[in-house]
Amino acid sequence: MDYSLVVAIELLREVAGLILIATGLAIVFGMMRVINIAHGEFIMLGGYTVVLTTKQGVNIWIAILILAPLIVGIFGVIVERLIIRHLYGRIIDSLLATWGLSLFLIGFVTVVFGNTVEGVTTPFSAIAIGGYTVSIYTLFLIFAAMAVIASVYLTLRHTKAGLIARATMQNPDMVETLGINSKLVYMATFGIGAAFAGLAGGLLAPISGVVPSMGALLIGKAFITVVTGGTAVVAGTLSASSILGSISQSVTFIFGPVFGDATLLFVALILLRLLPQGITGRIFTRSV
Amino acid sequence: MLRNIHKDWLGAGFVAVLGLAILIFVPVYFDLFEVLQMTKYVVLALFVLSLAYIWGFGGILSFGQAGFFGLGGYVFAVSAINMGQTTIPFLIAIALCVLFAGALGYFMFYGRLNDVYLGVVTLVVTLILYKLINHTAGPEYIIGTARLGGFNGIPSIPIMTLPWQPDQEMEPAQMFQYFMAILIAVYVLLHVLIKSKFGRVAISIRENEVRTSLLGYDVRLYKLCIFMIGGAIGGAAGAMWASYQTFVDPNIFSLEWSAKCLIWVIAGGVGTLIGPIIGVIALEYLSFQLGQTDFINNLIVLGTILILVVLLMPKGLFPTFRDIFLKLWRRRGGQGDGERPG
Amino acid sequence: MTRNISRRSMLKGTAAVGAASALPMLPFSAEAAGEIIVGGLHDLSGFIDFAGIPMNQIMLMAIEEINASGGLLGKKVKGVVYDPQSNMSMYSQFATQLALKDKASVVMGGITSASRETIRPILHRFKTLYFYNTLYEGGVCDRNEITLGTTPAQTVEELVPYTMGMWGKKVYTIAADYNYGQITAAWVKRYVEQNGGEVVATDFFPLDVTNFGPTISKIQSAKPDMVMSVLVGGAHLGFYNQWAAAGMKKEIPIASTTFGAGGAEIEIIKPEVANGIVTSYGYYPSIDSPANNAWVAKVKKRYPEKTPFLTELSAFTWDGMMIWADAVRTAGSMDRMKLIEVMESGKTYNLPSGQCSIDPKTHHAIRDVYIADLQDKTFIIKKKFSQVQPADTQSVCDLVKNPNSNKHYEISLK
Repeated sequence: MDYSLVVAIELLREVAGLILIATGLAIVFGMMRVINIAHGEFIMLGGYTVVLTTKQGVNIWIAILILAPLIVGIFGVIVERLIIRHLYGRIIDSLLATWGLSLFLIGFVTVVFGNTVEGVTTPFSAIAIGGYTVSIYTLFLIFAAMAVIASVYLTLRHTKAGLIARATMQNPDMVETLGINSKLVYMATFGIGAAFAGLAGGLLAPISGVVPSMGALLIGKAFITVVTGGTAVVAGTLSASSILGSISQSVTFIFGPVFGDATLLFVALILLRLLPQGITGRIFTRSV
Repeated sequence: MLRNIHKDWLGAGFVAVLGLAILIFVPVYFDLFEVLQMTKYVVLALFVLSLAYIWGFGGILSFGQAGFFGLGGYVFAVSAINMGQTTIPFLIAIALCVLFAGALGYFMFYGRLNDVYLGVVTLVVTLILYKLINHTAGPEYIIGTARLGGFNGIPSIPIMTLPWQPDQEMEPAQMFQYFMAILIAVYVLLHVLIKSKFGRVAISIRENEVRTSLLGYDVRLYKLCIFMIGGAIGGAAGAMWASYQTFVDPNIFSLEWSAKCLIWVIAGGVGTLIGPIIGVIALEYLSFQLGQTDFINNLIVLGTILILVVLLMPKGLFPTFRDIFLKLWRRRGGQGDGERPG
Repeated sequence: MTRNISRRSMLKGTAAVGAASALPMLPFSAEAAGEIIVGGLHDLSGFIDFAGIPMNQIMLMAIEEINASGGLLGKKVKGVVYDPQSNMSMYSQFATQLALKDKASVVMGGITSASRETIRPILHRFKTLYFYNTLYEGGVCDRNEITLGTTPAQTVEELVPYTMGMWGKKVYTIAADYNYGQITAAWVKRYVEQNGGEVVATDFFPLDVTNFGPTISKIQSAKPDMVMSVLVGGAHLGFYNQWAAAGMKKEIPIASTTFGAGGAEIEIIKPEVANGIVTSYGYYPSIDSPANNAWVAKVKKRYPEKTPFLTELSAFTWDGMMIWADAVRTAGSMDRMKLIEVMESGKTYNLPSGQCSIDPKTHHAIRDVYIADLQDKTFIIKKKFSQVQPADTQSVCDLVKNPNSNKHYEISLK
């Protein structure tokens, strides 16, 4: 009984992890049709922000929840102004440019901050569940992922900004004629996507090794989750993360991590074959 | 009409003749080390041709072209180690890649996968291969006498042997000429194919899939054939790569290799065959040069260059330079020259 | 006309790129200038640059020292350094270049086993002496290579009984899923069983796994007396943080054959998390001997900023340079076979890492091995073992009998 509870928590934690790393990418891909290969490096920047600012004495929660998304979000806006805005409608070129950006960021962080920056320890202690202990931070991650997805949903559904964003996605020209600057919308969208990547990096910093190459480990999984989910940001990310995360983590428990990862890919493959436009291309088509 | 035929064939003819000249004279005028370096570019050029063809002339964007490259390399390695010669393993590698491309292509095209989703499926399949091959470090993963070796890969892969003398390893110069001959042959064949009726239908599919299908062409079948041709070329390049390097490791299946292949094509220019070849040589040469210098960090330089290429040369290196050259030529030569048949 | 001329000139451009790639990179031939070339192939960028950069720094420092004392055979020594960028095909390209173009007398480098197995056959084929200075899984049998790093039979053999004696007989092994991890895990099992203990489970992790939650739960349910970590690389660092976060640090102690091997782990993981991990290597900066204290001071003086991590990797690179220089001086020649014969003669070298000699049968180092406990970023040495033999490689390799061997044996423990 205790063991099943622990397993359930771990499944949720994997789902939460996928949601966190994929949400920012889903916003950028779903709304702007830009594949941001440097998304993993944005996550890495979030991790570095937390590690470096806490070293300067900043409270860890401020670092994770405010500084990481803020700094990476601002960085995202700068990147959008300098590079991405030239590439709208050129999905493949955006791939090449952001690949270049990803290499650049890895090199840049290595040179400026070094590849051996001292990490942070995990906040909170552990709680006992029968004979097992689970880190409270794991529970916090699950909570954070739910908060992230809920906030995106509420913003898109119930605010004016969300309405404009959805309209811009569907018909940018129409929005423009209504007197809204679609360029500004794109810039803000990319910045918000980057901010979510920063938040993910901040949240993952205490439980992973913060090194320049950490982004490369995450981008593949994030990308596959987003594409499997389809273009609807909330429903797509949520459904793809839940299916992929829970199945792969169950396999990990039974057969070990190699087969867990392979199963994640295999399930994504089957889903894409059955639902060629991603999950939300067929079902939940009216969702956001 | 005559003019058009001229235009179609002269460029390719020049490439072929120049290729033959390189094939003949490089081993005469360059030393062993230089020949070995150039062999590398020849193999990578063949690999990039596989994607340049299916993407530029069939509209199939594969994010996982490295899957065929790796599969070809591994199949070649395992069968060459077991058989002791290389000609039959080379053919086995190509054949298996064609079959694999057939199976995967059937799965995708007959499932009406399109666009970026198709790209992701190819990527995912390649990553599955990567995960599984990576897991073969244990001694139980052995095929005949070839250990798969997991992350470390398979070392000591035989060097290509002469097709007519299976116990005789090729000298580096012979290997260069052999590979160069394959590259020229594939280039010319692809050119013929593109100019054939099959090729024109393929291009019309790229331009407008629905319309082509309404005209009565079986779009899925055409795409499947194109994909299998791409698989064959990719697999051949993989086998040559394994033999050239004398080792192969799972990184060949990694996201990095697939992405690199895409980047070479984009940088060189989609929709041409020679452009991507220039792209691969230019970019690989650049990282090779960076490896010998004392820049602060090579990734910064490489990344910056990639970004600048996209922003400043949206069409890719080859088309951009071609257009600049044409403009200069017209300006200098006056208006009449531009109209002269090529 | 327009068309074909443009094409043709483009092609000329292509050919020029191809030709330029083949131009010699050195402005003049090194031999004519009377210099001895030492080639360095370490990852200076890419995912293990934290290990490669210190090795390169130490190699260059050794070259400076050799030149300061008058060079070798009246010639200056020159380092030719390339950055293979953690890319195997560049490793092979630069190794070929060092052997054929630069005519290097010796090549130092290769970090991962994959990179070593890429360049070793090339250097063997082109008869260029090669030093591999990294701890690895054992089994290389090649008379052209001098292998200075420790192997599992040297470190695990000491580490297992020592830690079992402190903590108990039930061991849970977690290891990276590749050759080094698999083979080291097999050695752990063998030594645990020889010492009357039991390995309750062994889990393997691909090098890109970052989430260790399921494993930590499994360890909790197996309740071992200790965990043996053979985890490798940046992604696996997450284990230590997640382990501490689950409150396991007070419960079950960790021994490791890899933690801090490249030096980066002890900087990245906070002391609260890393303290108490017990390791065994052939070098620690805290070795208290006159030779080591002088060397550590020298390194700090040479590199007051960006001081390289002092670990097996960098210390053995120094060892390699000193052993090679000594062989050149003793042989009075640059002839490769003469150098090899000197090194095979069983000389004992006094080095910062302790006493060391080259085993003529395997070309591996017979050296001192230490056990240390990590406290606040410093390894506190607990025990020293003198002149430990590379017994694993010795069981498969005999270069005295088969001098032409050119192979990496997989050491089977079945």
